This record gives sequence, C-alpha cells and structure tokens, in this order.
Amino acid sequence: MNPALQGLLTIIVGVGGCIGYFYLSNQFLDRVLFKPTGPNAGRNINRANAIRPWLFLFPAIFALGLYLAYPVVETMRLSLSNRVPGGGFEWAGVSNYQRMFEEDKFWEAVRNNFLWLLIVPAASTAFGLLAAQLTDRIRWGNIAKSLIFMPMAISFVGAAVIFKLVYDARPEDVAQIGVLNAILVQMGSEPVQWLTVPFWNNFFLMVVLIWIQTGFAMVILSAALRGIPEETIEAAIVDGANPFQVFFKIKIPQISGTIVVVWTTITIVVLKVFDIVFAMTNGQWETQVLANYMYDKMFRANDWGMGSAAAMIIMLLVTPILVWNVYNARKEMR
Amino acid sequence: MDNIAGKKSSLTWAVHISVVALVLLWIFPTAGLLISSFRTTEQIRTSGWWAALFPAEINEVFRTADPGETRIERDGLYVVEGNFYVDEGRAASADAVAARITVWGTSSRDISAYEAGETADMGDGETMTVQANGDYVWSGTEEQISGRGQRVFATAESPPEFTLGNYQTVLFDPGNREGMAKAFFNTLTVVIPATIIPILIAAFAAYALAWMDFPGRALLIAGVVALLVVPLQLALIPLLSLHNDIGIGKGYLGTWLAHTGFGLPLAIYLLRNYMVGLPREIIECAKVDGATDFQIFVKIILPLSFPALASFAIFQFLWTWNDLLVAMVFLIDSSGETTVMTRQIVELLGTRGGDWEILATSAFVSIAVPLVVFFTMQRYLIRGLLAGSVK
Repeated sequence: MNPALQGLLTIIVGVGGCIGYFYLSNQFLDRVLFKPTGPNAGRNINRANAIRPWLFLFPAIFALGLYLAYPVVETMRLSLSNRVPGGGFEWAGVSNYQRMFEEDKFWEAVRNNFLWLLIVPAASTAFGLLAAQLTDRIRWGNIAKSLIFMPMAISFVGAAVIFKLVYDARPEDVAQIGVLNAILVQMGSEPVQWLTVPFWNNFFLMVVLIWIQTGFAMVILSAALRGIPEETIEAAIVDGANPFQVFFKIKIPQISGTIVVVWTTITIVVLKVFDIVFAMTNGQWETQVLANYMYDKMFRANDWGMGSAAAMIIMLLVTPILVWNVYNARKEMR
Repeated sequence: MDNIAGKKSSLTWAVHISVVALVLLWIFPTAGLLISSFRTTEQIRTSGWWAALFPAEINEVFRTADPGETRIERDGLYVVEGNFYVDEGRAASADAVAARITVWGTSSRDISAYEAGETADMGDGETMTVQANGDYVWSGTEEQISGRGQRVFATAESPPEFTLGNYQTVLFDPGNREGMAKAFFNTLTVVIPATIIPILIAAFAAYALAWMDFPGRALLIAGVVALLVVPLQLALIPLLSLHNDIGIGKGYLGTWLAHTGFGLPLAIYLLRNYMVGLPREIIECAKVDGATDFQIFVKIILPLSFPALASFAIFQFLWTWNDLLVAMVFLIDSSGETTVMTRQIVELLGTRGGDWEILATSAFVSIAVPLVVFFTMQRYLIRGLLAGSVK
C-alpha cells in the first residue's frame, strides 16, 4: 500500500479509534454497566465516577508503560545477559559491564561526555543569559531574539551540515571555502582539518549544540528576567548600583531557580546527544560519546549485551536529575 | 543621579552593537549554507560563499570547437569561430554572456599571456583572438587547424550569480537516486500521524490528571515527570524486538507508535499544567448543569486548551521531523525505500562529502519546513517552552 495512503488511514483509524474508544467506553459505563437509574442509582454514579478516570488514562498509561517504563526494565535485563545464537538469552551477570570497562573507547566516551556536560550547559546558559539581558530593553529585541532562537528549529543533522561547511578544510593551494580556514589562511597560517584534531575537535562539536541550545536558554531566562519586580531594580539604582552590579547582584540571584532549570534541561539534552557526533565524526578522532558508543555496539557490532550496558550508564547519569525533578514536582503539588 | 542618564546612552550603544554582533554570529553559519545552495559547483569549488556577494574571478579552461566539422576557408586560411560560453551551453548567445574574460593564454604555463581582444601569434602564421565576452577566432593553415580544438586558458570575472539548478537536481530530477523528493514525502508520512495521535491520547489523560479525583493521582503525575527524562536510547532494542515479535517489524506503524510513546510524557505534562490553570467555576457550572465528564472535556476543556495543544503540536512536529535515531532504528530497513531526510543527508555526508552544492541544498530542503513552522508559530513554541520546563 502507498505509505501516504497508509498514513492517512492511520490518522483516521488512530484519531477515530481514540475518539471512539473514549466515547463508547464512557457510554458503556453510564448506560450498561452502572445505570444512574433504578434502586442503586446513587451507588452506581459513584462507581462509574471511580472508574471513569481510568478509562481516560488507560491509553496513555498503556503507551507510557510499554514504550518507556518496560524498556528500562528490559534493558536492565539485557545488559545482564548474552544472546545465544539461534535465539534466546543466557544469564551473564556483570560480564557485559566488565568487558565494556576494559574498552578504551568506552572510557573515551565517558571522558568526552563529561566534557560535554561541563561545557555545553554552562556555555549555553551563559550565552542565553547574555542574549536575554541585552535584548531585553531594546526596540528590535524581539527580532534579535527570534534570530538567535532560530537554530532550535534546525535538526541536529542540518546543524551538522551547516557547521561542517564552517569547518571545511581544503589543500593549501586551493581557495578555502570553510570560513575558519579562510580566516587562518588570510592570516598566513596553514589550513587545519578542525574535526580531526584530537581532543580539541570535541569542542568544535560542542559549538554546534551550544549554538542550538542558546536560544532555548535565552527564551526561558528572558521570561524570568521580565518577572523580576521592578522595585528591587529601582531601589538598587537609587542606591547607586551600576548596571553590572544590578545584573549580577540583583537580577541573577532572583532568577537562580530558573537558571538551574535551564541548566538541567540542557544537561539532559547533552546526555542524549547522538545525531551531531554521528553525522560529523561518527566517534572517530577521539570524539566518541556514550549515546553514539551505544549505537555502535547495538547496531554495528550487534552486541546487545554491551549496548544495553552502555544505555544503562546513560540512564544512571540521568537518574539524579530524574529524582530531583520528581521531588520538585511533588513539592509544588502540595 | 545625573551621571546615570549620561552613562545610559553610551551603554545603550554598546548594547546595540553587541546584540548586532551576537545575531550576526548566530545567523552566519546558516546564511553560509543558504547561499551555497544557490551557487553552482564551479563557484563553490573556487571561492567561499561570502564571495558570492561580489564579482568572482574564475580560472577556466576552454576548448574551441573541433575543426573537423566547423572550420571554414577564408582568404586561403582555415578559420574556426565561435564563443566559448555559447559552445558550452552556458549562455544563449554571445550578447548574453555575463562573464568578462580579462586575460588568457594558450599554454597552461602562461595562462595570462594576453589580454582580452589581443591576438596571439602561435607560430607559422597560426593565430588566436579571444574577446572579453568569449568570442574567439582561430586561424591558420589546413594542417594547423585540424584534429582537436585548441585549448585556451582564461581568467574571467563573473558577476554574482545564483542558480536554482541545485534545487532542480535535488528535488525534481527523477533520475537522481540521491534526490530528496522521496525522503521528503517519507518524512511527511512519519510526522503527521506521529504528531496528531499523541495529542489526543495525552489530552484525555491530562484532563483526568488535572480535574478528576482518584487514588494514585499524585503518583501518576510523579511517574510522568520521571518519564520525561528517560533517555529513549533505552527503548531501542527492547521495542525493536517487541515489534519484530508481534509482526510489525520495521516500518511506519512501529515508528508512529514509538514517536507516540516518546512524545507522551511531555504532552501529558504540558497539557495537565495548562488544564489545571483553567478556572474551576466553568467546570463546576457545567457539572451542575448535568454535563458528563466526556462532554465537559470535548466541549469546554479542549477548545480552551488550544494554546497548549498548539505548543505541543509544534514541539512534536519539530522533534519528529528532525529525528534521526528513531527513524534509523524503527523505520529504515535494508531496502532504503523508507529513508527519511535526516538519514539521507547523513548518507550524503558520507558519499558526497565534498559536493557542497548537493549537501547544502539537501540540508536546506529538510530545514526549510521547520523554519517556516518556527517563524509562523513562534508564539506558541515559546509559551510551550515556558510551561514545559520543570519549575
């Protein structure tokens, strides 16, 4: 069947199915199972109302459970077992983890991931804060914001192409078409293959993510800056504070909560970063990161045990943020 | 107080200048790709994209027409006449040539021996004349004007020139196996159901979590918040084997389901936060008037929640359109028939790494739609971001 037709059919079946499910199950509950009439009317209404939330929730819980909760458990199991040729699994204990810990490439990925974690959230938040503060009071600030925010809409793969052009290097005797090398050659140096310079190439990859995430940080922080009560700033100015003191001593402390939120959100993005490395270097020249390492193990080496073990490491790194988010959400609900 | 006013004006200038610098820095890389996508292979090879805005100096190698068919006899000499640009099909007529040849030569060792309009003496009476617009006259004896055409090395100055040819090749050339047209429709096929279905499921769940009372509600909300950050990398292998076991295999259906599952936590979280903020009175009034929960949801909550629904729709659209990992794992099989644009671009990066006109154009085809959505719906996107970041 033509995929477009299949897509249309899926929309109709999916949307119609959802609406039909919700409508009919409610009808069934009210008209058949617990009729709000007759001798037990009161009790039936209460019963129906006790069940109804679960009718509303069932598809969501089912999908969440199957697509997010179950895989966590299953990945844990896979990381502790080996595939037996011909199907089936055998218990392997922690041997997958042991083998992984012995690989240099794994430790390279861990080191790089920590570099990413240190630099990308900090740089994005700092640039975002700078952009938010600078564009706050100028007339064309909204246009400037939109342009800085724009990379948000660009895919990681698209961004990878964009920056590959920036980093492009060609032989010395040919005109450079990458802007960085063009500047270098203009200044009299030799062109550099930026993406193949070990260690520093990590930073050239990080620039791509910082470029994308700064807009996000800017939007959130800009809203937070607007939420600061005017009186506190006016009071500081009257007391003779200069603009820098106002920014660092009055504004920043008041939006510190939002800064933490932005920081952790970007941290999660960084932990999952895959496309950029996959498209630009594919982990060569010492740029491996955990998500790409995991993909390598799972789909190139076909080693599900080690791939799952790598995935569990990513899960482990996310867990503190997960706990912290849940803690905060519960605190807020009380 | 008076020096504050004075300081402010100088500082305002500094602010304006730094914002301009920041914006330029941020759009510069994208501008490079956009401009490159409108340049010809030759232009990209010989100069950086920033040079596209100025006249370019290009070294060219031309060859006159082969004498065998074209030479004519005139005053006892044999002559071949023509125009390099017209011969190569790069201009319709000699008057339409946009480039201007400045210097030229007949030997690769001295490519700037003559200026345009001069006549080169090639020995024994053989001569060559090249005009600025590419007109040439090559004359000599019967022996000299024979065999293959004479090579001419020229340096030409051509005005800024943009072409839609790359887009033509990438999008509409049916013979181009690396074209983006199929991938474009495949992406669209993935995105639309994967955006609509989770919204519907999430809206019902969000309503239950926001406005219905039942035991375990707080626990469920906490669960949703927890699942917000679970990396989808964990889901790849378990779900792929599940899909294989139940017979879906790799294909659109599995991809739609996967995107639905991965998008749900954010959808439920965003919509619940928004619905909780709706005024309680409206819902209570409706209940008093005898409306059922289903009616309240469809007739009151859904229309009122439009901004939140739009926010999530944009998120999910951008995310599924730009996705690479989910498509690679759940959709694209070895036949490559169902490849999506992101995958196609990664493949081009591998096979056509140096052909920037193809790469830039393909990338821009895939970027264009999200950019349009971004600029038209930015308001909802920002609102969603503000509501979605866990406070």
